[in-house]
Amino acid sequence: MGISKIWVFGEATEAGATASTLEMLTRARDLADTVEVVMSGDAASVAGPLGAHGATTVHTIGDIEGALAGPRVASAIAGAVEAGSGPDVLLCATSYDGRDVAGRLSARIDRPVITNVVDLAVDGDRLLGIEPVFGGTTDVTTGFNDDGLAIFLVRPKSFAAEESDGGLADVAELAVGDLGNTGAATVRERFVEESSGPKLDEAAVVVSGGRGLGDPEKYEMIESLAKLVKGAPGASRAVVDAGWVPYSYQVGQTGKVVKPTVYLACGISGATQHLVGMKGSANIIAINKDEEAPIFGVADLGIVGDVHKVLPKLIESLQARG
Amino acid sequence: MVRLSSTSGTLCGMNVVVCVKQIPDPADPGALDPETRTLKRDVKLILDESDSYGVEMGLQLVDAAGEGEVTLVSMAPNNEVGGLRTALAMGAAGAVLVSDGALAGSDALSTAKVLAAAIRRCEPDLVLTATESSDGYTGTVPVQVAELLGLPSVTFGKEIEVSGGAATVRRQTEAGYDEVECPLPAVVSVTAGVVEPRYPSFKGIMAAKNKPVEELDLAGLGIDPATVGWAGARQEITEIAEAPAREAGEIIHDEGDAHERILAFLDDLKVL
Repeated sequence: MGISKIWVFGEATEAGATASTLEMLTRARDLADTVEVVMSGDAASVAGPLGAHGATTVHTIGDIEGALAGPRVASAIAGAVEAGSGPDVLLCATSYDGRDVAGRLSARIDRPVITNVVDLAVDGDRLLGIEPVFGGTTDVTTGFNDDGLAIFLVRPKSFAAEESDGGLADVAELAVGDLGNTGAATVRERFVEESSGPKLDEAAVVVSGGRGLGDPEKYEMIESLAKLVKGAPGASRAVVDAGWVPYSYQVGQTGKVVKPTVYLACGISGATQHLVGMKGSANIIAINKDEEAPIFGVADLGIVGDVHKVLPKLIESLQARG
Repeated sequence: MVRLSSTSGTLCGMNVVVCVKQIPDPADPGALDPETRTLKRDVKLILDESDSYGVEMGLQLVDAAGEGEVTLVSMAPNNEVGGLRTALAMGAAGAVLVSDGALAGSDALSTAKVLAAAIRRCEPDLVLTATESSDGYTGTVPVQVAELLGLPSVTFGKEIEVSGGAATVRRQTEAGYDEVECPLPAVVSVTAGVVEPRYPSFKGIMAAKNKPVEELDLAGLGIDPATVGWAGARQEITEIAEAPAREAGEIIHDEGDAHERILAFLDDLKVL
């Protein structure tokens, strides 16, 4: 009984392994006998932190240069599964590449994916995924009812990353199979969009704006306020869909999950889609003119009022403090 | 009607398939069917707003190519077409709707198999999708479709340019965006808000009523009903529980001094 082997799809940037990779490793090491990482790129440079978080081996497909990870990592995992050396469970973060890997692999080996998972539980020899629905008011637990690789997409920030006493992970090469045309997309150039403040999913304070701001120019209030509190600006899906700010600003089920010390929701009604992405915040302040808005159901401090009156005064007071 | 194109990858004309989903109006709160433990589907369905960006982008690409058309591909357990008419009114030339009672309860992979089979018949140069639906949120269907069709894919596209049988896509990343080049045919998922979906004109709405919607069932696509829907489900819900509620805090009405309350709250937390 129990889970024998979990693989975590590892992602890394120049700054090292991503937070969600370490979060999944931390959880996985309590759930399975063996936890390993599968990734592309230079595994040796991250074998330390990955090992410290519970991975004993890091399987890498090597440098993929400008290619996209999805089809390549998926084909390598499929090869391992076919050869009988694959895992029982694969965990991927709900990230750009994580979804590509899970989706590609799913179709390649004909296994469904359990998505939007925020917690995992062991049930005999299978793993169950817990997914919040209806804005997090209901938890649905799902498992596979047959044998075969169990693929889960795990939302970032579902677990706290903690080091164990694990040492440096071993590095192993994993071969990529035949890709046909599926791997033909190549990155020609990478563009970094400079932002002066902290990242949305790392900031201690997040100031988010919604449709209640009225028009796109008013979003500047959110930017200035975020800057004054050394936080990051965020947005509801409604204003991202309306084209006011890019998708990267979006907080919610679609978009980023944030858990800052303080979340300030301005003119956001609190659609279920939004609540899932922010209700794990330590403290929530909400400003909305509609007393019945669902956002007040999760707010520690709720202001029934007009954002166009409250925000300018708040900004002015903060500016006066210097 | 399905346009069978033989122009894939050539410079003349651009045939785009846009995958669209008809979903319950998000303004109406959803509910789980206690019997089947899936989202209730007995309400009126509308075009998922996320899909309107793909439709708009498809129309713009066809305009830019000067020739070709946008075909919608959708799937539903019943033969609902209300959402499809919205996209036809925007300018799509026709639609293929896979409708079969056996599709009820389909997971994302089954959905992808059905969509892929329908798309294959259209022989498109480009397949556009949203990044994820507004009701299911799995976000895996675009790549599953691509893998089943043996096509390359670029997900989270913000901008697409087509020239010389290849697409150049700006793909959203954590740090900014990547410029990705991808030979056609390919699958590209587009993020919301990247184009301004046109409002259907009165003329468009009238014309949409007469546009062809080809309805297919699973047999017509050669798909075994036992592999999709409830019959093919390989995952099961083991528990549905109420999540621990977050305690609501203090609610005050702004009397012109609410900003001071916020400042005091932030000061207490020492975040400033």
